Amino acid sequence: MTERIRFLRKKSLEAENILHHERAVLVTSFYRDRLLQEDPVPVQRARCLQYILNNKQLHIGREELIVGERGPFPKATPTYPEISLHTLDDLDVLNNRPKVSFKVSPETRLVYEKEVIPFWDGKSNRDCLMRKMTPEWKNAYEAGVFTEFQEQRAPGHTVLGKRSWEKGVLDLIAECEASTHSLNCKEDAEAASKAAQLQSMIIAGRSVIDFALRHADALDQMAYIETNEIRKKELRDLAGICRKVPAQAPETFHEALQHYWFIHLGVVTELNPWDSFSPGRLDQHLLPFYRNDIANGRMNREQAKELLQCLWVKFNNHPAPPKMGVTAQESNTYTDFCLVNLGGLTEGGEDGVNELSYLILEVIGEMRLLQPGSMIQVSLKNPDQFIHKALEIIRTGFGQPSVFNTDAIIEELLRQGKSTRDARNGGASGCVESGAFGTEAYFLTGYFNLTKILEITLHNGFDPRTCRQIGPTTGEAEALTNFDDLMEAFKQQISHFASVKIEGNREIEALFARRLPAPFLSLLIEDCIGKGQDYNAGGARYNSSYIQGVGLGSVTDSLTALRYHVYDHKTISMKGIMDAIAADFKDYEEFHEKLLFNTPKYGNDDDYADLQAVRVFDLFFNAVDGLPCWRGGQFRINLLPTTCHIYFGSVTGATPDGRLAGKPFSEGISPVQGSDKQGPTAVLKSASKIDHVKTGGTLLNQKFLPAFFDDRESYPKLTALIRAYFRMKGHHIQFNVVSADTLRAAQKNPDQYRDLIVRVAGYSDYFNDLSKDLQDEIIMRTEHAG
Amino acid sequence: MTKGLIFDIRRYAVHDGPGIRTAVFFKGCPMRCAWCHNPEGILPRPQQMTRERMINGRKKQVEETVGEWMESKEIIDLLIKDRVFYEESGGGVTFTGGEPLARPGFLMDLLKLSKKHGLHTAVDTSGYAPADVFMQVAGHTDMLLFDLKTTDNAKHLSYTGVDEKIILQNLLSLREDGPELIVRIPVIPGFNDQLSEMVSLRDMLFKIHAPLLRVDLLPYHKWGRHKYEALQMKPPGEFQSVDEQMALPEIMKVFSDAGFSVKKGG
Repeated sequence: MTERIRFLRKKSLEAENILHHERAVLVTSFYRDRLLQEDPVPVQRARCLQYILNNKQLHIGREELIVGERGPFPKATPTYPEISLHTLDDLDVLNNRPKVSFKVSPETRLVYEKEVIPFWDGKSNRDCLMRKMTPEWKNAYEAGVFTEFQEQRAPGHTVLGKRSWEKGVLDLIAECEASTHSLNCKEDAEAASKAAQLQSMIIAGRSVIDFALRHADALDQMAYIETNEIRKKELRDLAGICRKVPAQAPETFHEALQHYWFIHLGVVTELNPWDSFSPGRLDQHLLPFYRNDIANGRMNREQAKELLQCLWVKFNNHPAPPKMGVTAQESNTYTDFCLVNLGGLTEGGEDGVNELSYLILEVIGEMRLLQPGSMIQVSLKNPDQFIHKALEIIRTGFGQPSVFNTDAIIEELLRQGKSTRDARNGGASGCVESGAFGTEAYFLTGYFNLTKILEITLHNGFDPRTCRQIGPTTGEAEALTNFDDLMEAFKQQISHFASVKIEGNREIEALFARRLPAPFLSLLIEDCIGKGQDYNAGGARYNSSYIQGVGLGSVTDSLTALRYHVYDHKTISMKGIMDAIAADFKDYEEFHEKLLFNTPKYGNDDDYADLQAVRVFDLFFNAVDGLPCWRGGQFRINLLPTTCHIYFGSVTGATPDGRLAGKPFSEGISPVQGSDKQGPTAVLKSASKIDHVKTGGTLLNQKFLPAFFDDRESYPKLTALIRAYFRMKGHHIQFNVVSADTLRAAQKNPDQYRDLIVRVAGYSDYFNDLSKDLQDEIIMRTEHAG
Repeated sequence: MTKGLIFDIRRYAVHDGPGIRTAVFFKGCPMRCAWCHNPEGILPRPQQMTRERMINGRKKQVEETVGEWMESKEIIDLLIKDRVFYEESGGGVTFTGGEPLARPGFLMDLLKLSKKHGLHTAVDTSGYAPADVFMQVAGHTDMLLFDLKTTDNAKHLSYTGVDEKIILQNLLSLREDGPELIVRIPVIPGFNDQLSEMVSLRDMLFKIHAPLLRVDLLPYHKWGRHKYEALQMKPPGEFQSVDEQMALPEIMKVFSDAGFSVKKGG
């Protein structure tokens, strides 16, 4: 690592997470003083972006080779009051909460009190959204049956595709103009709205170009007074780059990185999309620039590495916007889920692993930063050596890169109707979510609490915590005389809550399309320009909305316990179980022990238990998959939790699998913590019994003791483990290489373990930044010694 | 259909032969090695063992039976569950113990069934078995993991309870076309960790005809000791742990200098 990178990395790590009012003030001032009511909404939004980018403070840090910050300085994190308004209480909570806090200065608090809150109170999109939701929706939401991703953040969840690496924003603007010219006002009733949309995209594109030019001017000024000749030249060169990109297509490696970064900043300034924004298949997109620069002698491998590392610092400087309430609980982390993809297949279906894939792996290993997240795509066509190199980094125990099955991802995308080309250009973003990069708007809409719905089923549609009848009456538990009756009742409850969620999401999608279009993002994602339609309104080539199931292991084990004890073996009556869970197993120790230890469990390759996983999966899939979303695409499912298994557990009483009230659920599609006793192959066999290809992503974490990785001979064996899981169409696997002893020690002496990073669920985080519940949950996960 | 007493079937065994394997542990062993770390494998009958489990944060002691009479078909059904992992890794199944050769009929049955199902087989043995049994098993397995402890018969007798002659005869009776062979040497401080001892073990290896792939050195560890307590058995011996930083590399060198492929651990 060069001195420069050491310096930049250290600065990034040491920067304090601050909630900064800059964007809130600019947005407020725009809407209050400058908004032209007669402008169509997309144009208003584009002008708002333009106003922010023209007026925000620039930050060009010492030694930087990639420039631009979303806030006025690193980790100064903006807010988006037009989407969700922070109250003064919120600001105090953010400032004071022990985990994932953001410092709020007295100045920020004052500005909020005097300017921001008075203007936006009752007018933010969140206020609108909540007003629109039905009582059924609110009851389910408050009970913790599901969460709502668009409550505090814009839909987004997408990734830059190949086209935007090959074109300048001016090229895209020219396409908008051509599209405008081809509008047929006579025959197309929507021609006017399309023209307005295209106009907004042009304004947004120009705003980002101007933002780059502001940087160029500032860099020239800095160069003028710079006394160090080397830095002077760097600043001049950088100014030249900022005059060229993103306006024109990049031609060099350095230009390509800076090009992406300006685009990234445009997307995350316009709105606060979930999962930030991602550069996608970085080793594929950068390869032509890399090879060209190397061939021309413009750059060597080490210089390329340094530039990449400068970009890594940029990602790390940008925490997720400050989240509150349920949103904070379901995604309790600074990580904003940008996910760099490496490997996989080329568009032509060839092995996509190249020299840059290995170089970027080195970058990941050396930087050891939370952001950006990283993953390797593994197809049958990719070499084992690539996996071995990734394992060398995984063994260092910070949970990166994660490992994905390219062939499964492609099959998933093809099943959803994507073309072969678009599917091969896809990958995973966020935690584990499959998408066609550059061509798909795939919104994650919220988590779905499968085990809670079983609890509600067992109470005949009643939620014992909020004391409300929130589901249909499907029969008292004791009246369900056989297991199929129970499954039928469960099915009806799942369908009911899925419908409530989906109807809510259709409203919400329409709301965002109308109130908060994303003209800049629309410029980037194919076919918005051709269709003259916004990304948030169905302009992308493919549109999907996801509901993310949580707690597959917990719900499976609960159903298995009922099937085994109540119906098949009659060792405990339904009344016995209902009494025991109502008492949180207090004074029911004998039952509790039976449920915990004398019951088949998911994760042991035991068909008796795993069958319930398959049945739950099918119920969930059938209740959701293929239903139309508002934008003209379909609803899909995936199975991942971020940190929502903690929140969902906290709102659910004791469950028939022996879990105590309020305790976390299982995470992803992993077994209940500690219940898998047959080793990793059995876990993978169990996990592959569900049909991953029918999802848009599943998440499986496995904990291994570090000692297991010490032996070089374990690499081919781990590689075989991965290959075998992928042969069975598993979607994703990640390894936590850390011992429970280390984690316990870190819990006791957090100061000594400030650098300890662990895999949570589809992302990594500092152990110290995790809630105590989540720390305990990770410690409880089964560790494989091999 | 034969039955055998099995005390564990462990999937994802990665230290008992090539690739990812499933290890089947036979219960019952004619030897009484003073360092044995699988005491539950010694007696040829089911035993009660106390285990601790956690319920609501409290420890509770429960009695469990160790050792189950299983049919070979039952075992094969379990073994083929991990076929996909064997195929991807070049793995298979390993019969270990206890001493699998102490149940020759059952072992042969399992070996033949495994072959029928296309599984790669390894047998982990002390070599202490009648010559005809040993040769029959050797003729039906792809690999032998053969444990050698010392070349000093008096010491062997006093630390393991059995005569070594029959073991060495069996080892040397393997021919060039026999199964692939890995010799496993437990390194027990105070028993065989002297270099002179290792040199004479090495010299023994020169006499082997069978295709010797590798020598595994298994440093003594104390992990098995709590199991004696749980089984209410008396640990037969007490040893120091092996100094893996200093002593082990020297021992490994004895073998590697002589051209043997040598590895720490299995």
